[in-house]
Amino acid sequence: MDMVTAVTSLGRNGLADWLIQRVTGVILLAYFLFIAWAIAGGVDYPSWKALFEQTWVKVFSLMALLSLAAHAWIGLWAVLTDYLTERLMGSTGNFLRITSQLVIALGIFIYVVLGVQILWGY
Amino acid sequence: MDGTNAALQQRPPLIAPVALVTVVPDVKDNRPVNLDIGSMRLPITAWASITHRASGVFLFAAMAFLIWALDMSLRSPESFAALQDILTSPVARLILLVIMAALIYHSLAGVRHLVMDFGIGESLEGGTFSARLVIVLSIVLTLLAGLWIW
Repeated sequence: MDMVTAVTSLGRNGLADWLIQRVTGVILLAYFLFIAWAIAGGVDYPSWKALFEQTWVKVFSLMALLSLAAHAWIGLWAVLTDYLTERLMGSTGNFLRITSQLVIALGIFIYVVLGVQILWGY
Repeated sequence: MDGTNAALQQRPPLIAPVALVTVVPDVKDNRPVNLDIGSMRLPITAWASITHRASGVFLFAAMAFLIWALDMSLRSPESFAALQDILTSPVARLILLVIMAALIYHSLAGVRHLVMDFGIGESLEGGTFSARLVIVLSIVLTLLAGLWIW
């Protein structure tokens, strides 16, 4: 594994990434089930708004948002370091991978900012 | 090594000394690598894995839609109503269903990994069975989600 690949992994270590990916995955699944349960019975604006005004829902949502950030980074890192590589396309591979990772980092940052804005802004 | 060689010279060797001093080349750097996936017949487990990756990449992009929808749903009663209105269109419902399908598949395939991490179903048969189970369950749950959306 080349250096540029190693330094862009979230935990700088495969075992750490493996564990973070699983813990965040479980949090995201729990949140997905929570939202599905909340919507399943049908919602109107007052009840939906009241749900998201509760502190624990805001905290749980932020937890899911931050989990998404880590989970997406690790997952997309795994995909990019398999397909956009120096071995497959020479230095172009490194350029495309790092560029993609910068775009992904920006996307994750925007998701987190928007999420916080939605959760605490209204 | 000198001591070994000296010992070999003193008495007739049982095997040719050359066998003991053969230099093993560093094969790590020049091993053939084949990740030309198009050249292989992929088993069901490979399809399960690729779909897990593809659905993950798709969900990262789809998150823009979901965060936009969350924003619309909480901003004001008017935007909530506008979102409800948008989601009545068949195109919006289809987009929602595709996102639901990806969420369902990615979740089940993730749980499959967790189960395997606990040492359950790691055999070839176990992996093939759970890959089929995840695909079938995803189809069933996606159909149920479709019924629920419409």
